[in-house]
Amino acid sequence: MLVNEFLLLGAILFCIGVYGVIARKNAVMVLMSIELILNSVNINLLAFDRLHGGSDGNVFALYIIAVAAAEVGVGLAMVLLIYRNRKSISLDELSEMKG
Amino acid sequence: MFASESEAVVQSAGWFLENAWLIPVMPAVAFFLIIFFGRRMPRGGSEFGIASMVGALVVASGAAYQWINRVSAPHEGEGEALRSVGGFGRAVAAETGEAAAEVVHHVEPVIRQWVWWQSGGTEFSIGQHIDGLAVMALLLVAFISTLVQLYSTEYVNGDRRYTHFFASLTLFSAGMLSMVLAPNMVQLILGWEIMGLCSFMLIGHWWEEHANSRAALKAFFTVRVGDMGLLVGTAMLLAIFGTLDIAGINEMAAAGEFESKSLLMWAAVALFIACIGKSGQFPLHTWLPDAMAGPTPVSSLLHSSTMVVAGVFLVARIYPVFHVGFDINMEGQSVNLIAIIGGITVLVAAGLAFVQNDIKKVLAYSTVSQLGYMMMGLGVGAWTAAVFHIFTHAFFKCCLFLASGSIAHTASHHSFDMKKDMGGLWRKMPITFGTWMISTAALCGVPFFSGFFSKDEIIDSAKHNHYTIFYVVGIIGAFMTTAYMTRATYLTFFGKPRGGAAHFMGVESHDSHDAHAADAHGHDAHGDDHDAHGHADDHHGPAHGRPLPFAPSDSPWKLTLPLLILGVLAIASGYLNAPVFHIEKFHEWLHCSIGIEVPEPPVFAWSAAAPGLALVALGFVVSLFLSKAVLGEGSSPLKGLTQRVAPFRWVHTFLVNKYYLDHLYEKVVVRAVAHPIARAAYWVNQNVLDGLVNAVGIGGKRTGLWVYRNIDQRLVDGAVNGSGVTARGAGGALQPVQSGKVSMYGALLFGAAAVGALVLVLVNS
Repeated sequence: MLVNEFLLLGAILFCIGVYGVIARKNAVMVLMSIELILNSVNINLLAFDRLHGGSDGNVFALYIIAVAAAEVGVGLAMVLLIYRNRKSISLDELSEMKG
Repeated sequence: MFASESEAVVQSAGWFLENAWLIPVMPAVAFFLIIFFGRRMPRGGSEFGIASMVGALVVASGAAYQWINRVSAPHEGEGEALRSVGGFGRAVAAETGEAAAEVVHHVEPVIRQWVWWQSGGTEFSIGQHIDGLAVMALLLVAFISTLVQLYSTEYVNGDRRYTHFFASLTLFSAGMLSMVLAPNMVQLILGWEIMGLCSFMLIGHWWEEHANSRAALKAFFTVRVGDMGLLVGTAMLLAIFGTLDIAGINEMAAAGEFESKSLLMWAAVALFIACIGKSGQFPLHTWLPDAMAGPTPVSSLLHSSTMVVAGVFLVARIYPVFHVGFDINMEGQSVNLIAIIGGITVLVAAGLAFVQNDIKKVLAYSTVSQLGYMMMGLGVGAWTAAVFHIFTHAFFKCCLFLASGSIAHTASHHSFDMKKDMGGLWRKMPITFGTWMISTAALCGVPFFSGFFSKDEIIDSAKHNHYTIFYVVGIIGAFMTTAYMTRATYLTFFGKPRGGAAHFMGVESHDSHDAHAADAHGHDAHGDDHDAHGHADDHHGPAHGRPLPFAPSDSPWKLTLPLLILGVLAIASGYLNAPVFHIEKFHEWLHCSIGIEVPEPPVFAWSAAAPGLALVALGFVVSLFLSKAVLGEGSSPLKGLTQRVAPFRWVHTFLVNKYYLDHLYEKVVVRAVAHPIARAAYWVNQNVLDGLVNAVGIGGKRTGLWVYRNIDQRLVDGAVNGSGVTARGAGGALQPVQSGKVSMYGALLFGAAAVGALVLVLVNS
């Protein structure tokens, strides 16, 4: 069934996103990876929405898109501020939270 | 909203009648506008108040016009025919039996309700119940409020709380308006309480003076005593009839659809207690004269068409409850609670008016006395006459109050003391004097002034309905009214100018006023007069002086215009229901609001009115003679009689102390209730509570020591230390995880999520 393909696509996107979050050093890239994760979730929602009928999944997806937009806005602003302070956005150098 | 309304009922009513609920809404909105934006407006927010009152007046006038059309429209033909046949109007028509039922046709009130809130299946609505009575009251309140607001713009001009004054005044009118068109008891209570609150704010407007804030508190609490009755009575009505709708209550009470008569009687008693408090009837009338502490426009509004009328209005509104509950007009009944309270009030208050030196207090007691007349009228079944007396009384009493304010504002340095600061003013204030005289004549019931038509009708009905005692009370009251008003008029306008008035008139008096000092100050000193004035005499300093030939004639137009309008109405309003000329318009428009059969009003005859009129004339003559002798110039054997002759002195002292009712309430009732409670509370505090506290304290100390030694030191400390050690070890072990690397945190996060997902799958499978 078509749903399987959708779920597969969602899973692949999710994995790429997780890989990006863990492996990438560039903060912007990490943000983009997070977007990938969110969109993989969206695809899952839409797929299940299609499977069961109704519009709940659509609504959730729209909601997640709105939240994601806000999240990117905040994230990019933080990256910008980090860049201003350190002239770099490499996440490796940001280890002030070391316990 | 509109279309879904019960279209059939409202259909033909006309726009104004359907939308009469706008009348209280407008001032209520204006109240918020004044509160939020008033200070920024060029006229301090008074424009909102006046605009809203004018708007309310327009809608009320439209409603009145449409109501009159509604009453006269469908049955015009028959009514006319019968009247021309009868010649005596209603009285003859009533004898024709069947035909009478045709004339007294029922005009449906215009009722609209919206659900306000629901509680356990009971819906509480808010809306309007428009019939003749409501329309009359709406028109009256809107009209008087408009004039009073206009008057206030001049009177409280420059006051430091000008904006708040107008806000309270507007909300006050809104409260009264929403009360009079209430379709159910809940909205009625709402309006009733709004008024109580606003009267508190307005009476205490100049709260810096202790006496004023005390008067405000007294008014508030005295009325609250009565309000308990309102809540209890309303709850009982709900229990008896299962509804709070006024129309429903009236219908069922009139039709006798209730379980127990005695329960209804007690409900009526409870509600009547509320009316006693609000309308200043006998045992609870003490707050009304003290309420004079507020600014004069407030007094005039309070005492003419709002607040004090609310109690009488409530009785008139749900008249069947009282009529059935107290068996009014029952065969052979000669007294009932409402009539007794009303009758006592008439005489008690009129007696007090004789010994007042403050012009506003004379008027206040006069109001109390006239309210007694209204209650008495309702008590003897003269519904129309009583309601008509509300109508006419509002105009002339408002006029009298505004005239006293005009005198204080212009002539007597904000003093209301007739003996110290007035006298001889008639020459300089023709408009104030003229309107005062007209209104006084109306108040005394001089023929062809409005008060005659309403008051005489009440007195006449008392006799006609076999309440002979109250007929006698009524004519004695009329005698006393004339007498004290003659005294007040003499003191204010005639005789030798004294104090502030002498200064104003340009006459030297033995007072300490210095003409030359006053000359040096211009008009401008006038402006700051208004800041903190009560009625004290402390405004006599030269700083408040004016040039001696101050005003060519009278107060500014904003004060005199309302006076003139009200003066005209003090005559004209009576002709809506003048039985002498067979005019019974008022009865025709309002009789559907009675809700129950009451006896026909008596046919007017001069012979019936003669005893009352004779007593009025006698009162005038006697009082004029006494006033001249006692208060006038020259020596007279009657001067100082109250000091010299013991019985007179006793009566005088008794009256000056207001029958010792204030003493009774404050020294006896409050003390009897409050002091034993306080003493008992103190004893309990000292012996029981302190003992308890001490015992608990000692016990607590011992327990504490034991707990410290055994539990705290050994058990708790051990546990705390142990957990500390554990936490430190765990922290050391986990420290490397906190690398500060974001990617590592991410990896841990997803790893944990993956483990969680795995567990979920394993558990579910």
